[in-house]
Amino acid sequence: MWRFIGIRLLQAIPVIIAVVTVTFFLVRVAPGGPFDGEKAVMPEVKAALEAQYRLDQPMLQQYAAYMGDLARGDLGPSFKYPGRSVNELIAAGLPVTAELGLYALLVAVIIGGLAGVIASLKPNTAQDYIPMSAAMIGICMPSFLLGPILLLVFGIYLEWLPVSGWGDIPGDKILPAITLGSTYAAYIARLSRAGMLEVLNQDYIRTARAKGLPEWQIVVKHGLRGGMIPVVAFLGPAFAGVLAGSFVVETIFQIPGLGRFYVQAAFNRDYTMILGTTVFLSTLIVLFNLLSDILAAWMNPRLRAQFGKR
Amino acid sequence: MNDQAINMIAQAPPGSSLWRDAWHRLKRNRLALFGLAVLSFFILIALLTPWIAPYGYADQNLDLGASPPSAEHWLGTDVFGRDLLTQIMYGGRISLAVGFVATSVALLIGVTWGAIAGYVGGRVDAAMMRMVDILYALPFMIFIVLLMVVFGRNLILLFLAIGAVEWLTMARIMRSQVQTLRQQEFVEAAISIGLPASTIVRRHLIPNALGPIIVYTTLTIPSVMLLEAFLSFLGLGVQPPQTSWGLLISYGAETMEEYPWLLIFPGLALTLTLFSLNFLGDGLRDALDVRGAGD
Amino acid sequence: MAFLIRSFFLAVSALVLASCAAGESNVESGNREGILHYGNGAEPQGLDPHIVTGVPENHIVSALFEGLTSKNPYTLEPEPGVAQRWEISDDGLVYIFHLNPEARWSNGDTVVAADFVWSWQRALSPVMGNQNAYMLFPVKNAEEYATGKLENFNEVGIRAIDAHTLRIELNAPTPFFLQLLDHYSTFPVHRPTLEKFGKGTDRFTPWTRVENLVGNGPFVLTEWKLNRRIKVQRSPTYWDRDKVRLNGVVFYPTENVATEERMFRAGQLHYTGTIPLDKIPVYKAMENSPYVNAPYLGTYYYLLNTQAAPLDDVRVRKALAKSINRRQLIDSVMHGINEPAYSITPPDTLGYFPPKLLEYDVDLARQLLAEAGYPNGEGWPGLELLYNTHEAHRKIAVALQQMWKDTLNIDITLANQEWKVYLHTVDQMNFQMARRGWIGDYVDANNFLDLFLCGGGNNSTGFCDAEFDDMVQRQAPRATSREERYAIFYAAETRLMEAVPIIPIYTYSSNHLIHPSVKGMPSNLMDSLNLKYVWLEATP
Repeated sequence: MWRFIGIRLLQAIPVIIAVVTVTFFLVRVAPGGPFDGEKAVMPEVKAALEAQYRLDQPMLQQYAAYMGDLARGDLGPSFKYPGRSVNELIAAGLPVTAELGLYALLVAVIIGGLAGVIASLKPNTAQDYIPMSAAMIGICMPSFLLGPILLLVFGIYLEWLPVSGWGDIPGDKILPAITLGSTYAAYIARLSRAGMLEVLNQDYIRTARAKGLPEWQIVVKHGLRGGMIPVVAFLGPAFAGVLAGSFVVETIFQIPGLGRFYVQAAFNRDYTMILGTTVFLSTLIVLFNLLSDILAAWMNPRLRAQFGKR
Repeated sequence: MNDQAINMIAQAPPGSSLWRDAWHRLKRNRLALFGLAVLSFFILIALLTPWIAPYGYADQNLDLGASPPSAEHWLGTDVFGRDLLTQIMYGGRISLAVGFVATSVALLIGVTWGAIAGYVGGRVDAAMMRMVDILYALPFMIFIVLLMVVFGRNLILLFLAIGAVEWLTMARIMRSQVQTLRQQEFVEAAISIGLPASTIVRRHLIPNALGPIIVYTTLTIPSVMLLEAFLSFLGLGVQPPQTSWGLLISYGAETMEEYPWLLIFPGLALTLTLFSLNFLGDGLRDALDVRGAGD
Repeated sequence: MAFLIRSFFLAVSALVLASCAAGESNVESGNREGILHYGNGAEPQGLDPHIVTGVPENHIVSALFEGLTSKNPYTLEPEPGVAQRWEISDDGLVYIFHLNPEARWSNGDTVVAADFVWSWQRALSPVMGNQNAYMLFPVKNAEEYATGKLENFNEVGIRAIDAHTLRIELNAPTPFFLQLLDHYSTFPVHRPTLEKFGKGTDRFTPWTRVENLVGNGPFVLTEWKLNRRIKVQRSPTYWDRDKVRLNGVVFYPTENVATEERMFRAGQLHYTGTIPLDKIPVYKAMENSPYVNAPYLGTYYYLLNTQAAPLDDVRVRKALAKSINRRQLIDSVMHGINEPAYSITPPDTLGYFPPKLLEYDVDLARQLLAEAGYPNGEGWPGLELLYNTHEAHRKIAVALQQMWKDTLNIDITLANQEWKVYLHTVDQMNFQMARRGWIGDYVDANNFLDLFLCGGGNNSTGFCDAEFDDMVQRQAPRATSREERYAIFYAAETRLMEAVPIIPIYTYSSNHLIHPSVKGMPSNLMDSLNLKYVWLEATP
C-alpha cells in the first residue's frame, strides 16, 4: 500500500512538470498580451513593461528562470496586480475556495448519496423516480441559473439570507454551498444508484440475503462499500473541479476565492498567475485523484486483497 | 478454475442475442420508451425545422421587443421581437448535434482509453492515467482560445473541443470499472482459458461496465449542451443570429425576472431532454444487465 | 445518515434565524455612521497612481491622493487642489502654481513643490512603464524624456521655484491642461515612503499596502481585502478636511452587474457603477427611482477597415453608416438610455458641436451602394462584424445585422472574440468592421480627433489625411480664441467624417442606481466622482 502511494507520488512530479511546461508555452502563444488594453499602449511603455517582467528575454531563458523560481516555491509577481506576488494571491483565495468546495461536496454527498441509495433499494418504483428526478434537476440547473434563482427567492423576496459576501454577514455561506453542490449532487445520486444496483445484484449480497441478514445491514455493511466505488472515483476529480470551477459561484455571490483568480488570470493574460494557479491546481488534482484511488481500493475488498499481497 | 466459472463463460451469450434480449427487456420498460419517444420527437422536429418553423429565425420586430406568449407567438418573443418557438427549434438542431456528437467522441476516446488502462494495468496504466491527469490540469480556457486562433471558427471544431475535455472523467470511470471486473472470477476464468484480450474486453468487460458508463453518458449530454454556451462566449461556438439551447438559457437567465418565458421554455426543452435521456439510459442499463434480468 | 441530514437542516435554520436577527443593512448602518458603500466595478489592479489604469482604480486613488487641481463635480471646472491658485502666462505656455502651505501628507509631512517634480519624473520615467505617461506630454520635453530620447530631467518643463511654488512650461498652448491635473497620473507620491521599499521606479514594492501607504488626499486607506472590499476613512491631515463630510467609504469590487444590482436591492450598496440593461425599464417606472441616467463623454462606434474590400470604397462605408436607424436601435434594444451619434466627438463637448453628416437616409444609402456596384445587395461579397464578447455589444450587433439586411439587402456575419483576442485582432487590423468605444480623458474635442491621426495607436482604420493632421496638431493649438479653435475642429471633423472611417452609433451615458440618502453626487459628463462633496442623509 505504501509502495503504491510512493510510486504515485513520484509519478506526480513529471505530471506537474509536463503541465507547467505545456501551459507556459500555451499562454505565450495565445493572442493578446498582459499589457494590451482598450487604449493603445505606446511602444516605449510596452517595452519598459516587458523588461520589468523579463518578457524581453528569449523564451527558453524565461522558461528556465521560471522553473528555477518554481523549484524554490516562488510563483513570481502577478502581471495584473503589480506589487502582489502570485503566492500571496493564491494564499488569499485558497482558504475561501477550499471551504466553499468542502461545504459544496458535503451538500452533494449527503443529498446525492442519500437520493441514490434510497432509489436503488426499490428500483423502478416511486421510491426510485422521485428522489432521482429531484436530483436530476441539479444538472439542468447550472450554477449561473440556480444561484440567481436562490438569491432572488431567499435573498430578495424572502429576505432570509444575504445576497453576497463570504463570512461577512451570518448565513452568507449557505446559498453558495448549495448552488455549487447541487450539480455534483445530481452526479453523485446517479452514480451511487447505479453502483448500488450493480452491487446489490452480486452473489455475495445474495448470499447475505439468503443468510437472512436484515436489509439495512446488507445495504450499509456490504452494499455501500462496493456501491459507492464509482462515487469515490468521482470525488477526486470533483473536488479539483470544484476548486477550479467555483468561478461562476464566486462571481455570483461576490466571494473572494481562488476560482475568480484562476479564470480572470486567463482573461487578463496574467501569465504568472495562470501558471501559478495551474501548478497549484494540478498538484491538487494529482493528490485528489490519488486519494480517490486509494479510497476506492480500500473500499473494494478484492483490490484491497491485492494491495495486501504486494 | 471451478466448473461454475467455466459454465458462465460457456453460457455467455453471443453478441447479437445480447442486444436482441436487451431490446426485448427495454420494450417492457414504459419510462424508457417514453424517453425514447420524446427524444425521437425532438430529433424529428430538429430535422424538419427549416420547413415547419413558424417564423424565420432571424426575423426581428424591434418595435415589438420582448413579449409574453400570445396567439401569434406561442412561446413569446425575445428582446428583438424574434419568435421564441422558432429560436428553440433552431437552437435544438445545434444543441442536439453538439450533445450527441461531442458525447460520442468523448465516449469513444474515454471508454477505449479507460478500458485499455484498466485491463493492461502496470506501467501502461500509470502512463495513460497520468496523461489524463495532465489534461485535467491544463487551463481549459487558454486551450480553447488557441484552438480558435489556430483553426478558426467552426462547428466540427466545437464538437472536438468539447469531446476532448469530456472524455477524461469517462476514462477514469471506465478504468475503475474494468479494474474491478478484472478481479472477478468469470474474467479470470476467461483469461486462464486463453481467450484473446480483445475478446475479453469486448465481450466481458465493456458490457459489464456499461451501467455506470451509460449513466455518466446521459449526464454528459446536457452538460455538454451547456458547455457549448461557454465556448460561444469565448467565440468558438455558434454566432448570432444562429442560436442554441445553452445560449438561449444563458440569455434567459439574465432577464429571468423581467422576461421569465425566455428562460422557462428553453430550460424546459433542455430538462425534458435530460429526463428522457435518463429514463432511456436507466432502461438500457437495466436491459443490458444480464445478471439483474433474472430477478 | 438521517442524523446528518437532520443536523444539517438544523444548522441551516439556525443560521437563517441568526441572519434575520442581524437585521440592519449596510445602507442603514452606513447612513448612521457616515460610511458610503460604493459599488466600484472591479478589484483595483493596485493603488499606485503611476501604475494603475482604469475607472475603479481612479475612484480609490482619487480618494487617497490629490493633484494640483481637483474637479468640481457640478461644473467640471478645475478648482484648487494642492495648488491654492495659479497664473497662466499670456502666451499660454507657462503656468505658475502656488501650493497650499497647509497641504499635508497623511504622515504629517508638508506637500512641497519638489514632491511634484520628483513624482512627475517618476511618472515619466521610461523604465516605469506608466501607461498614462502621455497625460503629461503637453509639458515641455516630457514626451522626449518618457520615450528615452532625453536623459536629463532638468530639461523637462517642471521646476520648483521654492517649497510652495511650481513652474510648468508647455510645448504649445494647451487649453485643456488644467483639466489633466486631477488625473491620477499627475498625482504626487510620497518619496520617503517609496524609497523605503526600493527604487522609486520599481513596480513590485509593497508601498501601497494598508500599513505602508502615505497619501495626500481627503481619505486614508484602512483596509484592503482582495476581491472583498477596500475601506478608506476621512483623513485628519487633509488641508480641506472640514469640507469632507463622509467619515469613510467602502469600495466593493462588483464585477458582476447582476450581483451588484441585487446587492443594491438588498441594501448592501448606496451606489452601483452600472445597471443591467434589461432592468432599466423596471427602475425607470418606479416612483422616487434610484435610477440615474446622464450623458457620458464617450462614443460607441464601429471601426471600418478602409484598406480591405469592400470597405475600401467610401460609398460602401457611407451606405453602411446611413442605413441604420440609430434611434430605433436605442429605443428598443437599449431602452432609450443613449443618444444617437453621427460623429466621433460627443455633442456639446465644452460648447463644441460636431458636424452631423451620417444621418439615417435609406434612399441615399441604397443609391450609394448601387453606385459602388452592389445594387440591392447584388454581388455583395459579405462582411464580418467583430465584437468582443459582451451582452450589450451582441444585442447591438444582432439588431444592426438585421437592419442592414432589411435596408440594403446585404449579409453581415457576426464574430465575437474574447477581450484580449479581440484587442489583438483589432491591433493587427485583421478585421473588416469592429466595435469600438472611446471615453474622453478630458473634455475637449482634441481628445477624440487625435485618435485618427496618421498611424495613431488607436486609429485602427487606415484613415490617414495630412490636412486633417495639420488642422488638429498645428492649426488648432495656435488658435487665439475658442471660436476659432472650434471652427478648425469642425472643419477637421467634417473631413474625417466625409471619409467615414468609422460608423458612430451612440453617445455613451452613465447609468447608476443611487440610494436617495446619498447627497452631493451630481451627474456630470465625465461621470466624475468627487467624494469631498458627498454626504449621507437618511430619509425618514
